Amino acid sequence: MNGRRREVLKAGGGAGVLALAAVAGIIKPGEALAQEWNKAAFDTKSVAETVKALGGSGSTLSSAIEITAPDIAENGAVVPIAVESKLPKTQAIAILIEKNPSTLSAEFEIPAGTDPFVSTRVKMGETSNVYALVIADGKYLHAVKEIKVTIGGCGG
Amino acid sequence: MADPMRIRANMTGDKVEVKVLMSHDMETGLRKDAQGKIIPAHFIRNVTVTHGGKTVLSAQWGTSVSRNPFLHFRFKGGKPGEKVTISWADNRGEKRTDEAVIAGG
Repeated sequence: MNGRRREVLKAGGGAGVLALAAVAGIIKPGEALAQEWNKAAFDTKSVAETVKALGGSGSTLSSAIEITAPDIAENGAVVPIAVESKLPKTQAIAILIEKNPSTLSAEFEIPAGTDPFVSTRVKMGETSNVYALVIADGKYLHAVKEIKVTIGGCGG
Repeated sequence: MADPMRIRANMTGDKVEVKVLMSHDMETGLRKDAQGKIIPAHFIRNVTVTHGGKTVLSAQWGTSVSRNPFLHFRFKGGKPGEKVTISWADNRGEKRTDEAVIAGG
């Protein structure tokens, strides 16, 4: 076992890997940051894990977050979900689907000047609770809604 | 190269309402083809929307965003005639950038 290699990896961390990729011409500098993708968060398998991977220690239920989605989705491949936050200083909105193979579906960063509102369409494998996680003023809050799925959208 | 996005940017009051339809398979990596072989994951991971050099929305997506993704949001500070630029990048490094002109209310 080459112990030194471990040391170098530890010391270099993620930045080292990025720098190497930049040198190799895989990604251009400048583009690297903009194209950051939080693999750890998208690999999570539960709501609690996702909240942690997004930097929170836990999240509180809030009535200031509204999820607009059907109660019953006939086609799990296309489930329209809109999330609106009335919380001041909303920084990010994430959509989590508890029973999907990966919990985190999408994460949106909301800069000042942009409404704390997003609407998109997601896939659902089966009937599940859908969480709208909002990061507002550094706090983690959520709303939850159960959506029943008649035909799953993640299988073959 | 993926097909162009369909973008609509309209003024509603003092805000710009943006609706985007992207053309992408959004393959999860969990499905199998007729021969039982896994179809590799192929999905958009990053989306960035800019207006006047400023990012008005950025998103990270997983595999569970629907095929041919739809996105709808609103931002302040835009005027009719100005441009909204939308870019995406997927897990294979494919990219696409399209722009739309903001229409009056």
